[in-house]
Amino acid sequence: MSTSQILQQVFNALQLGSFYALIALGYSMVYSILMLFNFAHGDVFMVATYIGYGIATLLLSLAASMAFNLPGWVTFTLTLLLTMFVASFVGVLVELVAYRPLRDAPRASAAITGLMVGIFLETAVLTLVGASNLNFPELIKPTTYRIGSVYITNIKVLTLILSFGLMILLHLFIQKTKIGMAMRAMSYDYAVIPLMGVPLNTIISFTFALGSALAGAAGVLYGMAYPVLNPYMGVLVGWKAFVAAILGGRGSILGAVLGGFLLGAIEILVAAVFTSTLRDLIAYSIVLLILTFRPYGLFGEEHSARLRL
Amino acid sequence: MKAWFQRLRRMYADTPLTAWMLGALVAVGVEWFFGADLAAILGLGTPPSFFGLSILLDKTRFMLIPGVLLYVILVYLLPTFLVAKVVTPWARMLEDRLPPRVYVIFSLAFLYLIMHLWSLGSDYRLLVLRLLGINIILTLSLNLVNGWMGEFSVAVAGFMAVGAYVASILMVWGFVNDDVFGPAVFPESWAPFAFPVVLIIAGAVTAVTALLVAIPSFRTRGDYLAIITLAYLFIVKSTFENLDFIGGPRGFMNQPKVAEQLWVVFIWVVLAIWTIRNYVTSTYGKATSAVRDNELAAEMMTVDTRKVKTIAFLTHAFWSGVAGGLYAHVLGYINPSSFGLVKSAEILGMLYLGGLNSVTGSVLGAVLFTLLSEILRPLRRAKWIVIPIILIVVMIKRPRGLLGFQELQIPFFRRRQARERAQGPSSGPGRGQEAQA
Repeated sequence: MSTSQILQQVFNALQLGSFYALIALGYSMVYSILMLFNFAHGDVFMVATYIGYGIATLLLSLAASMAFNLPGWVTFTLTLLLTMFVASFVGVLVELVAYRPLRDAPRASAAITGLMVGIFLETAVLTLVGASNLNFPELIKPTTYRIGSVYITNIKVLTLILSFGLMILLHLFIQKTKIGMAMRAMSYDYAVIPLMGVPLNTIISFTFALGSALAGAAGVLYGMAYPVLNPYMGVLVGWKAFVAAILGGRGSILGAVLGGFLLGAIEILVAAVFTSTLRDLIAYSIVLLILTFRPYGLFGEEHSARLRL
Repeated sequence: MKAWFQRLRRMYADTPLTAWMLGALVAVGVEWFFGADLAAILGLGTPPSFFGLSILLDKTRFMLIPGVLLYVILVYLLPTFLVAKVVTPWARMLEDRLPPRVYVIFSLAFLYLIMHLWSLGSDYRLLVLRLLGINIILTLSLNLVNGWMGEFSVAVAGFMAVGAYVASILMVWGFVNDDVFGPAVFPESWAPFAFPVVLIIAGAVTAVTALLVAIPSFRTRGDYLAIITLAYLFIVKSTFENLDFIGGPRGFMNQPKVAEQLWVVFIWVVLAIWTIRNYVTSTYGKATSAVRDNELAAEMMTVDTRKVKTIAFLTHAFWSGVAGGLYAHVLGYINPSSFGLVKSAEILGMLYLGGLNSVTGSVLGAVLFTLLSEILRPLRRAKWIVIPIILIVVMIKRPRGLLGFQELQIPFFRRRQARERAQGPSSGPGRGQEAQA
C-alpha cells in the first residue's frame, strides 16, 4: 500500500471514529453518573438521524416554497442545531420512561427496560417509515480537495472539525460550568451529593440531554456521510460506540473519544487489508484481546467511573 | 366479579396437581372426540389450534372471538375445572401414598401424555410446544448467570449458534448424503441414537468456546461480562457468516429429522430443569449466590469465586448449546441472522418476565412469553412494539419479575412439608440434632 493510500485510509478512519466517539461520549457520561449502560442510546442516535432527515427536508422544502435561496451552510447549521435540540428531548424522554421509575430497582431490570426501549424505537421507526430506505438530503454540495495524491471531501473535513469542536466544548462544559461540576460531583458520589442540595433528577436529565445532543450531531454528520438511512443503523453503529466507550474506560471523556477512534481505525484497517465481511469478526476479537489485558479499558479505573477527562 | 373470582380461588386453593392433570386429560379427550363437531357448530371451521389466541388481534377474523371463547370454555375450562374438583379427594389420597421420586416421575409421564395427545391435534401445536421447550432450557440456563451469579450475559444467542452449527455439522456429516460433507458415514437408522451424544458434544464445544469469554471477564467485577458476551455474540455471528462451507449468510439445512417428536425435546427439558435445579440447590449453587451477594465476603468464607463463576458460566453455555442443537433440528434450517441480538433480547425478556433466581419463574416466563407472542402473531412486525411496552410495564411494576427470588410451590411438596412439621423434629436424624442444638 502506498503512502497516499494509507493517508486516505487514515482520513476514513478518523471520520468513522468521530461518529463512534461522539456516540460513545453519551454512553460514558450516563454510566459515570448512574452506573448504568444506556442500552437505548444507539437507537437514540438512529432516531436523531431520522429527525435530522425530517428537519433538513422541511427546511429545504420551506426554502423552496418561499423561493428563498438559503446557502448550504446555513441550512446545515440550522439542521445540526435543531436536531441536537430535538434529540436531547428524545434522550430525556427515554430516561423518564425507562430509567427513572427503576432508580431503586436492581440495575439489571433497568438494563432490560433500556434494551426494550431500543427495540421499541427500532420497530416504531420501521413501522412509521416502512422498510424503504430514505435518502438524507444533500445539504452541502460535496467537493473533493486534492492534496498531493490524497483526496478529501469537504464533508470529511467538516465532520472532523465539528466533532473535535464538540468534544472540546463538552470538556469545557464539564470542567467550567456549575452543571458540569454537579455532574462530576454526582459521578464521584451518587448518594451523598444530592444531600448537598444538588438536584438529582435535573442533573440526570441534563446528562441524558447532553449525550443525546451529541448523538444528534453524530446523526446529522452520519447522514451526510452515508446518506442511506435504515432503522437498524442504531444497532450497527450504536453497539460499536458502546464497545468504544468501554474500551476507553468508563467515565473517561478522553477514553471514549480515543476508544471511538481506535475502533474506527481497526475497522477501516480490516476492511482495507482483508475483506469487509471480516470486519466485525476481527474488530471484536481485538476488543476481546484488549479487555483481557486491560479489563477496565484504556483509561479506566478499577473502583470508580468518575467523570473526568 | 372480584368476589366470584375469590370464591373460585378458595374453592380450588388446595387442589393437587394430579387432579388438575386429570382434568386436562379429560379436556383433551373431549376435544379429541367432540372438538371438530363443536368447532363446526360454532362456525369455526377447524378447532382453534392454540386456544384461538392468534385471532384476538386479527382484524379479519375478530368476529370469531365469541365462538372461540365458547369453544375454550366448553372444551378446556369446564371439563378441567369440573373433573379437578370431583377427583380431588382421590387424587389427594393417591398423592399421599406416593414417595416423592415416584410422584415426580408419575407427574412428568402424566404431563407428557397430556401434551402429546394435545399436540396430535395439529402440527402447529407440536412445533410451538417444541420451541417452547427450547425456550425453557435457554431461559433457565441464562438464569444461572443473570440470576444466581448476578452478572449480565447477552451471549445466549451466540451459544445457541455454536451449539446449533456444531450439532448440525456432526449430524449432516454422519447421517446425510450431503454435497459438502460427502456421503453419510453411518447408517441413517443410527441417527436418533446418536442425536443425544451429538447434542452433548455440541454443548461441550459451546462450553469450551465460552472459556474464551470466561477467562478475561472473571478477573473483573461489574458490567464487563455484558460487553464481553456482546463481543462474543458478534464474533460468533460473524464467523458463521464467513464460513462458506456451511452456507455462510445463506444458512445451513439438510439436518436429519431426529427432533420431530415431542418426547425428544421433552426429555431434554426435564434433564435441564433437573440438573439446573440440583445445581442451584447444591453447595456450588449456594456459593454462586454468595458471590452475587458479596464477592469479597464469599472469598473470605473460602469460596473459590473464580472457579464457582466459571462453572456457572460454562453450565449456562452448555445448556444454551444443547438448546441450540435442538433448535437446529426442530426447524431443520438455521442461518446466522437468526442468532442475533434480538434472539438474546427475547430470552432476556422471558427471564426477566418470569423472575431471577427462580426455576419455576423461568418456566413461567418462557410459557407466558410464548403465549404472548401467539396473541401478537397477527401484528407481525408491530409485535416488537407491543412486547417491549409490556416488558417495560412489568419491570416498572415488578422490578424483580413475576416470581423473582421465589418458587411456585407444588401442592404435593407443600402438604408433605406441612406433614413433616406436624410430626415434630424426630422425623430425620439431621433435623433432630438441629432441634437439640
